[in-house]
Amino acid sequence: MIRVELPYHLRKLAQVDGEVQLEIEGPVTQRSLLDALEARYPVLRGTIRDHLTRERRAFLRFFACEQDLSHESPDAPLPEVVASGAQPFLIIGAIAGG
Amino acid sequence: MSGVRVLVGTRKGAFILTSDGKRERWEVGGPHFMGWELYHLKGSPADPSRLYASQSSGWFGQIIQRSSDGGKTWEAPGGGMEKSPQGWPMGESNKFVYDTTPETGKPLTTHQWYDGTQHPWEFKRVWHLEPSPTDPDTVYAGVEDAALFRSTDGGHSWQELSGLRGHGTGPKWQPGAGGLCLHTIILDRNDPGRIYTAISAAGAFRSDDGGATWKPINRGLRSQYIPDQDAEVGHCVHHIAMNSSRPGLLFMQKHWDVMRSDDAGDNWREVSGNLPTDFGFCIDVHAHEPETIYVVPIKSDSEHFVHEGKLRVYRSRTGGNEWEELTRGLPQSNCYVNVLRDAMAVDSLDECGVYFGTTGGQVYASADAGDSWAPIVRDLPPVLSVEVQTLA
Repeated sequence: MIRVELPYHLRKLAQVDGEVQLEIEGPVTQRSLLDALEARYPVLRGTIRDHLTRERRAFLRFFACEQDLSHESPDAPLPEVVASGAQPFLIIGAIAGG
Repeated sequence: MSGVRVLVGTRKGAFILTSDGKRERWEVGGPHFMGWELYHLKGSPADPSRLYASQSSGWFGQIIQRSSDGGKTWEAPGGGMEKSPQGWPMGESNKFVYDTTPETGKPLTTHQWYDGTQHPWEFKRVWHLEPSPTDPDTVYAGVEDAALFRSTDGGHSWQELSGLRGHGTGPKWQPGAGGLCLHTIILDRNDPGRIYTAISAAGAFRSDDGGATWKPINRGLRSQYIPDQDAEVGHCVHHIAMNSSRPGLLFMQKHWDVMRSDDAGDNWREVSGNLPTDFGFCIDVHAHEPETIYVVPIKSDSEHFVHEGKLRVYRSRTGGNEWEELTRGLPQSNCYVNVLRDAMAVDSLDECGVYFGTTGGQVYASADAGDSWAPIVRDLPPVLSVEVQTLA
């Protein structure tokens, strides 16, 4: 079970409290994680990644295990502790975004 | 008992202000969508319970919200678990994709950037939502970078009316200080095929066939910040207003200059007259007197606050040129707010009400066509837009 922490405004938009938990079949990557997240919460489509390019929006960052993974390849495997659910995958609004 | 519902978009949320027809006592509802920019909210003339709202954020981009109960509850159309016919989740109510198809979308590749070079179109946000006068599920969206979109399914999905960007002048459009935004949409209730739009900084445009084909309507505009001051496009039109009882009579607040057209925009003439300054953003027309118009003069293009520290609405009952200042109930010293282009509206009660919101967070109302004013609410976030629904 993958754990994802959404920023406040996206939790409100998706109408969830706390962490989101996702089941992902196959390799756990940024792309597969975000595909699963958007499939479960369609209202989030376009809010984290661009609709067409599927690239991360400029003022969002992806953190896990105290590392910034924002510029990693979307198809790179996420750390094992994220794939196992021991650590959450954090989607964070950049300080400059508001 | 008649009443009014005032829809207020601000930098950090939306508010809904309601009153009975006397317009003396107000209830302030909200904030809705706290923390988000609400560039515009507007109700459907065909079903006053149906509202649309443009919710956006530097972090998360564009969301379209819809209410079917007058703003008590909201939903992002298609944001639930419903599936498309292909089995994929819907969730595309915020998907504004420029038309790049070979049939209708070429050549729509670039517009003029600030420095005069060409720059690709990039969707940023929805500035204005204009619901159809006859169908609650049909709504138009004016977006940045400038384009016109339409939804016919209640905001679930959007299609560009690409004839506007593609009619030929698109590469000459350039961003104003607020961006390259399509901010004004007027649907002529008397002629379903006629649509007016305005873009900063490109100008005004008209379609006579429901949005399929377009032409610039800027003859008579002069702008000192473009090489050819009388150019076909490049003018920073700030807002246009029309009373539907006099189709074709248009009033415009340009960057500088208040303008008037008596022939649906084919020709414009200046009617700034005795205004203390003819720079400004908003303009609106009395609900029952199509020659009575309102503006709020702003000091200059680099000093975006009211002139002489006094918040004054100017009214012309002669369709321009002769203006009277309206000050009763408005601050007349140490006031340095702005009134943005979509932040003035009128109701259609027998005694026309006029409303505007300021960048200082005040929303003022006049229940006597502007003779006197009172604040409905004083301390909101900066107001981006004000719209009014007159309720039976």
